[in-house]
Amino acid sequence: MEHKLLDRIEIPHDRFEIRLSGSGGQGMILGSVMLAEAIGTDYTKRVIQTQSYGPEARGGASKSDVVISSNEIYYPKAMQLDMLLTMTQESLDRYYGDLHKEGVLIVDSGLVTRIPTDNYYGLPFTRLAREEAGHVMVANVVALGAIAAFTGIVPRENLIEAVLSHAPRGTEDKNRAAVEIGYREAMKIAKKE
Amino acid sequence: MVDTQRKLLLGNLACVHGAIYAGMRFFAGYPITPSTEVAEGCSRELPRIGGRFIQMEDEIGSIGAVVGASVSGVKAMTATSGPGYSLMVENIGYAYMTETPCVIINVQRGGPSTGLPTKGSQSDTMQARWGPHGDYTAIAVAPSTVGDTVTETIRAFNLAERFRTPVTILLDEVISHQREMISLPKPGEHQVVDRVKPTASPEEFEPFAHTAGGVSPMPAYGEGYRYVITGLTHDAMGFTTNRPDEIKLKLDKLRNKILNFKSEITKLRIEMMDDAEIAFVSYGSVSRAVLLAVALARKAGVKVGMIQLYTVWPFPDEELRDYLVGCHKVIVPELNMGQVVREVGRILPPDTEIHSLLRYDGEILTPMQLLEKLEEVM
Repeated sequence: MEHKLLDRIEIPHDRFEIRLSGSGGQGMILGSVMLAEAIGTDYTKRVIQTQSYGPEARGGASKSDVVISSNEIYYPKAMQLDMLLTMTQESLDRYYGDLHKEGVLIVDSGLVTRIPTDNYYGLPFTRLAREEAGHVMVANVVALGAIAAFTGIVPRENLIEAVLSHAPRGTEDKNRAAVEIGYREAMKIAKKE
Repeated sequence: MVDTQRKLLLGNLACVHGAIYAGMRFFAGYPITPSTEVAEGCSRELPRIGGRFIQMEDEIGSIGAVVGASVSGVKAMTATSGPGYSLMVENIGYAYMTETPCVIINVQRGGPSTGLPTKGSQSDTMQARWGPHGDYTAIAVAPSTVGDTVTETIRAFNLAERFRTPVTILLDEVISHQREMISLPKPGEHQVVDRVKPTASPEEFEPFAHTAGGVSPMPAYGEGYRYVITGLTHDAMGFTTNRPDEIKLKLDKLRNKILNFKSEITKLRIEMMDDAEIAFVSYGSVSRAVLLAVALARKAGVKVGMIQLYTVWPFPDEELRDYLVGCHKVIVPELNMGQVVREVGRILPPDTEIHSLLRYDGEILTPMQLLEKLEEVM
């Protein structure tokens, strides 16, 4: 062989890859399910959601990937992330290396302090959930609202519809508010740039 | 037009949809990660359509209830993971011997013992063939996508009913906990097979009759046909026998009713094999990484193809050999310490090189690892 095979391999960039990561119990897997459902309402897009977590019910690293493409998705797991959400320092440390050099990093700025780049979006999702949306449990939904604003990958209305389809009865208002708060705060930052 | 059948479906729930489509109306199980959503889905769906869901005290009771339900004429299944499958093997053997159709889903996780509850694996592939003791021929199918899981579950029920035998679906954590936007099959889109019922009168009925195809018609208990069911080796009437001629006849029946009709059971996916000099042979979730690796290597000018085994057992010796005839190198990637690679090696001509690519650290094989292996063997 005159050239090495691996040097000749070109991975086509026909996929958009999102990872939500944090600690077990922060709702990263449910968040990715709602995001994938919202994106999947667009019939031209193929969507796969995968997850990885430990045997514990709470705590331990938890991550979930959403891969989107207009072509058939052969390999279901993320290979080069276009967007990484980290809700804990541990998940940032662990997954930052998987982010594409032009990928978007989003962190919960109230929980993540050591960030290896200046090129990121930081919002205190957990604090916003507790203080503005009415419950800390909707921090993942606040983050989804921000993701919709930062990436434009899904219309806000579709996201709200997907989130509400999973919301337990009586929590609809908190969940709707959570999307709106995340979206609003993200737009404030995005506009500054 | 709005496709109301389109939904973001979890792999484990794809089993439920496939099974109900195929006519499954009884599920007994005991929850275990990563299979639990199969039981959850059945507990939601079956009562709505007049079916029955039972959470049993353990896996031994679960498979016992499934065998009993099937004997009473209902299509039945259970779902578990490696540790639970290990507990079930005795009664799965009973189902082989009593020729009771049923479907067992094994959502594989790392082992041995309780191992890795949340990590995918293909280390139960041989267990699906050799789990229970004794001589018998097993059928096992292995989907690789959520969509496949629907159709392979339908196929598993059809094979179980057609051949009066247990069928194992080899899923793994990677597929079971993956959600994909898919369209569910419409009524009539797939064939649904039901067991053949006896036409003889109850007086002339032989419950384990030796027929031309090897499969005996099977009435439901309570339909008027009285007969004995036993795990002891039995004659055509179902009565225990120690006669060498009858023993041999029974064991030949268990084998021949399946192996003589292997072409109905074998299912392969063939990609880019026409001019391939190197081939990947894979099954289950790994096949998706292979598909991408092969597509990328082809773009770089490498004559490589892939064969995916949807039917893992009975092993498709002849069909695989035919497709691999022009290849001088074969790579078998698996999430275990080497199981199907031995079967592939067994059927290859002596001058064909065989290479194994194994991963058993809880993570899955990536397309880049497959390409590295390809480069290494080229």
